[in-house]
Amino acid sequence: MARTLFDKIWDDHVVERLPDGTCILYIDRHLLHEVTSPQAFEGLRMSGRRLRRPDATVAVVDHNVPTSDRSLPIEEPESRLQIETLEKNVAEFGVPYFKLRSKDQGIVHVVGPEQGISLPGMTIVCGDSHTSTHGAMGALAFGIGTSEVEHVMATQTLLQKPAKNMRITVAGQVGPGVTAKDIMLAIIGKIGTAGGTGHVMEFAGDAIRALDMAGRMTLCNMSIEAGARAGLVAPDETTFAYVEGRRFAPKGEDFEKACAYWRTLATDEGAVFDTEVSLDAAEIQPNLTWGTSPEDVIAIDGIVPDPAQFNDPARARQVQRMLDYMGLEAGQKIAGTRIDVAFIGSCTNSRIEDLRAAAAVAKGRHVAPGVRAMVVPGSGNVKAAAEAEGLDLIFREAGFEWREAGCSMCLGMNPDKLTSGQRCASTSNRNFEGRQGPGGRTHLCSPAMAAAAAVSGCFVDVREMA
Amino acid sequence: MMDKFTTLTAIAAPMPVENIDTDQIIPARFLKTIQRSGLGKSAFAAQRYHDDGSEKPDFVLNREPYRKAEILITLDNLGCGSSREHAPWALLDFGIRCVIAPSFADIFFNNCFKNGILPIRLPREICESLMEDAQMGANARITIDLENQIVQRPDGSTIAFEVDNFRKHMLIEGLDDIGQTLQHDSAIQSFEQKRQRDESWRPTIVMETVS
Repeated sequence: MARTLFDKIWDDHVVERLPDGTCILYIDRHLLHEVTSPQAFEGLRMSGRRLRRPDATVAVVDHNVPTSDRSLPIEEPESRLQIETLEKNVAEFGVPYFKLRSKDQGIVHVVGPEQGISLPGMTIVCGDSHTSTHGAMGALAFGIGTSEVEHVMATQTLLQKPAKNMRITVAGQVGPGVTAKDIMLAIIGKIGTAGGTGHVMEFAGDAIRALDMAGRMTLCNMSIEAGARAGLVAPDETTFAYVEGRRFAPKGEDFEKACAYWRTLATDEGAVFDTEVSLDAAEIQPNLTWGTSPEDVIAIDGIVPDPAQFNDPARARQVQRMLDYMGLEAGQKIAGTRIDVAFIGSCTNSRIEDLRAAAAVAKGRHVAPGVRAMVVPGSGNVKAAAEAEGLDLIFREAGFEWREAGCSMCLGMNPDKLTSGQRCASTSNRNFEGRQGPGGRTHLCSPAMAAAAAVSGCFVDVREMA
Repeated sequence: MMDKFTTLTAIAAPMPVENIDTDQIIPARFLKTIQRSGLGKSAFAAQRYHDDGSEKPDFVLNREPYRKAEILITLDNLGCGSSREHAPWALLDFGIRCVIAPSFADIFFNNCFKNGILPIRLPREICESLMEDAQMGANARITIDLENQIVQRPDGSTIAFEVDNFRKHMLIEGLDDIGQTLQHDSAIQSFEQKRQRDESWRPTIVMETVS
């Protein structure tokens, strides 16, 4: 029977199918960070259980870390305690760990693919919803809670029922200035934040095939914002070229064997999807969000919606509440809306390709008066690569802050935060109320659009900046 | 070992809002704890407190009788966003044992079960009726009978709900699913051995090579 990419990865990891259909699913890679692991380690300790496979586990600190000078101690005592707790735990349980002051440190979802830890065909989990990022490798990757983190630590498996299959086909090619971020915002705008609930979402079509690995990671990263359990892109020559030579990837003959297996994973002709969605790439514009849910998407030439246009009174009230929170007027053009902060970073958009796109806009320009613009590379290695290309100089000369790797202003749990009322052009993934700091106003957009907003002082169409 | 869940008769708090995300349930600045307990006071912090820490009197969980609510009723897509289990920990620490909504985000739905909180999916019209019941005040208690999979309204009428059998069993018995899975340890071992034998190209992460 014809199977999907998801079906194949799933079938290859079922240890046992229990009578009610629940499966014991084998997990190939378990990624840990400081925020969602301490209670799980404590659980292991209290029950006297061992960590089953330290050699399939890897840890890094990212959420809490300041992105300022790394030679200084971490000031915030609770953040410091969480980081020290992780360091104690990895030492006690023998977990491979990328130290804070190593150049290999970074955001867990940047580090995994970069180091060749996340590979096609694998099952990959982490106590973080953006684990979906690793689906770009053609791996089944999803976020789990801390109880499940402990479950994987103790058993190297999870209890799961298979998800439904969804395929999102983006046909044709996008126009100039339109990026993976714009494609994904278009998808979420179309299907909503619960559109993918219960499904694993495979991205297909020419526009997806044409994306580099960074773009595919951006797509899969935000599949959780569409409610999907995971996102997937079938591994192809682009994937294999990316993987080859990475630190923990198979080498030589093993790499050939691995590629032969990975080539078998693509969805079979005639496989049936429970849900199919299609988009025309040519119609996708540079997009951004106006509200406090990632589904509140408009094109850069669009206008902010009017609550009066919604028939459902609950929805109309919610739209009004969002406009109030965001400090926007119904019917106003989004272009020209002034910003206070531009944030280029996060597990969605902090890879070298993202920084190049932002630097191309920043080059020879300067951050507008009154705007704070920051660039936060996704890992120490991304930072080093950018510096080798001179991107840091372009950013610094243009008045952007050039910072150390971490989750930074994506989530408001380290010193990088918005203050109440500040409006931010952000390359991150969530525009929830208070996400980037209490009272902060987030507009999600691509790195090029964020850079364009930084130098213009307001949202502009990046295509008009050539 | 978590508390068993059999029946619950309690005050329900209505929150007629869609897409309540886990950042709202527990903002990230409260995730710096290394424990599971103590998060109840920070649940819904942005909606519950002013900047100076005083309570916002209009917010449902600041009002009587909902300060003692053990059931929460909302609209669609409850718990979307971050996978943080701090969200169900915060609800549980506040006293919530059951959440009712037309739909849930997958990870939050899972996380609830792992902490002895029963998530119940009911059609939107029914959730709206239950919210009306809840607005009748302290006498309007709702009963959740997990064994019989029934919600009983204050007027005595009942509504059936679906729940996965495995998860129901785990909740009623208060079981830890790691212990359950480890009963299948030999199957896990043979899976690993077969992998090693047939697919030796699969890489491992070796400690001394990591910085």
